[in-house]
Amino acid sequence: MAIDAARLKSGGTGQSPFLSTAMFAPAVLYILLLVGGPFLLAIFYAFSDARIGNAELHFVGLENFRSILESPSFRVAIRNSLVFTIGSQIVVVVSANILAIALETAFRGRGIVRFLILLPWVAPISLGAIGWKWILDSIYSVISWTLVALHFIKPFSAPMWLGEPHLAIASVLLVHSWRIIPFSTVILLAGRTAIPKDIPEAAAVDGAGFWRTQFQIVIPMMRPILSVAVLFGLIFTFTDMTVVYILTAGGPFDSTQTLPSLAFALGIQGSDLAAGAAISLFLVPLLVILAYFMLRIARRAEVS
Amino acid sequence: MALKFSSLLLDRVVRATVLTVFTVLLAFPFYWMIITSFKQNVDLYTMENNPFLFNAKPTLDHLKFLFTETRFVRWLGNTAFVGVVVVAITLFLAVPAAYALARLAGRWGERLGIAIFLTYLVPPTLLFIPLSRVVAFLGLQDSLWALILVYPTFTVPFSIWLLMGFFKSIPRELEDAAMVDGLTRFGAFLKLMIPISTSGILTVVIFTFTLVTQEFVYALTFISSESNQMIGTGIPIFLVRGDVYYWGALMAACLIASLPVAFLYNLFLDRFIAGFTVGAVK
Repeated sequence: MAIDAARLKSGGTGQSPFLSTAMFAPAVLYILLLVGGPFLLAIFYAFSDARIGNAELHFVGLENFRSILESPSFRVAIRNSLVFTIGSQIVVVVSANILAIALETAFRGRGIVRFLILLPWVAPISLGAIGWKWILDSIYSVISWTLVALHFIKPFSAPMWLGEPHLAIASVLLVHSWRIIPFSTVILLAGRTAIPKDIPEAAAVDGAGFWRTQFQIVIPMMRPILSVAVLFGLIFTFTDMTVVYILTAGGPFDSTQTLPSLAFALGIQGSDLAAGAAISLFLVPLLVILAYFMLRIARRAEVS
Repeated sequence: MALKFSSLLLDRVVRATVLTVFTVLLAFPFYWMIITSFKQNVDLYTMENNPFLFNAKPTLDHLKFLFTETRFVRWLGNTAFVGVVVVAITLFLAVPAAYALARLAGRWGERLGIAIFLTYLVPPTLLFIPLSRVVAFLGLQDSLWALILVYPTFTVPFSIWLLMGFFKSIPRELEDAAMVDGLTRFGAFLKLMIPISTSGILTVVIFTFTLVTQEFVYALTFISSESNQMIGTGIPIFLVRGDVYYWGALMAACLIASLPVAFLYNLFLDRFIAGFTVGAVK
């Protein structure tokens, strides 16, 4: 019995290195081979002259980075990536907080409302984006029709939502927001439900109004979960190329190109693997920063 | 008292207004897909028509076109096939790994778990260029097997993370008791932990499947022929001929492909949220 207990204790505290290694090795090996390997290959390509259909490969040093940094379309892409990512996240944080407050108390039909609100996030994004392409159509746009019907604009003078650079940038930004709002809302809602009810109630008894309770008590208490929502929102938007690819394919005149969509245009469609790989590597610095903050949240959870 | 009552009423009115505005804005594209799917072309493409109403009789022509003149059904089949195989691979890799990291490897396992979760943050848009060469090297261009090979790169890390949280919530005493009764550690995992964890494993099945249906970048990069497309790429790319958009059929396809995914997702939403908020909610 004593031996049994000792054996169990050692098993329970993690002393079975062989079994545990055998159980996680396949997954770790797969990830090393198909995430780690390709990541190193991307770095390698970025310093080479790799092209599709070209068997020989030469080391070219920083040449790819030099020519990328000089190209105007790259500068537009990096600016757009930041504008879309940060701009849409501002819209998302404001909207998702409002929505989470409105959804917090139970009411009849909340399940249906939640289902409808979640649709942009759960439907495949390429299909949601196609829906928007039709709504923003150059001729048959329902938005243009409504604006004409309300006499805001004259018939046949409707703006080309996806055909003029500034409008196209605004459209892509709003479609990104549209997609992430549901995700942030449900995360924030989970955070709100986790706050003990008596805390905001006590604040109300002490005479704090709605805004004071929200801004000085509830939202500060939700800081970790708000950070989680924002970090994931930033990552999902920053690394996405589907919305841009479907809505504008980077146009008009490369004005809505982002880092991922430009990497695709040059690296795959243009066969220039080296340039595509070099451009996509510019995603890494921001991802590292975001991952660092993610780790801080995870570590804090581990300590407490 | 009157003041209290009116402020309560105001509260409800504001809440209802906020919810209505956001619900309409967020769900509008899907409402628009429904309307468009059932409108005749002559109705869709007459600018004077009020687009919110049916100005001509509703029609099933677009649906008929979608199911008989396009490869839509084939794409649904491809997506289901890839989804099922990727689910199987993901379970095979993620369930034992998550158990080992949650139970056996101690603090070190915790670290490795976080490291694996971080690989979930490495996006397809960073890996698709080198992976396109890996796929070409293996002779898998334009094959669904290319997607089956690559999709676990994002389904496995997320699943391990979800399952680690799930396994940790099961009391250790259960396994200890089973091992006193003569089961080995691995036996306890197979015969005890897996059956108890059915709902966690089902969550992984659903999310792996939905992640597969939502993926776009790899399918766009690796698959070229019309008959090998997934729904996410086939609909936006191959339902357009030249510059002609078949909007009726396109919207019907988007709707049919989106709704089942949305329903499944909703059923398991709470577990999905738990996966993202581990550590941030106490």
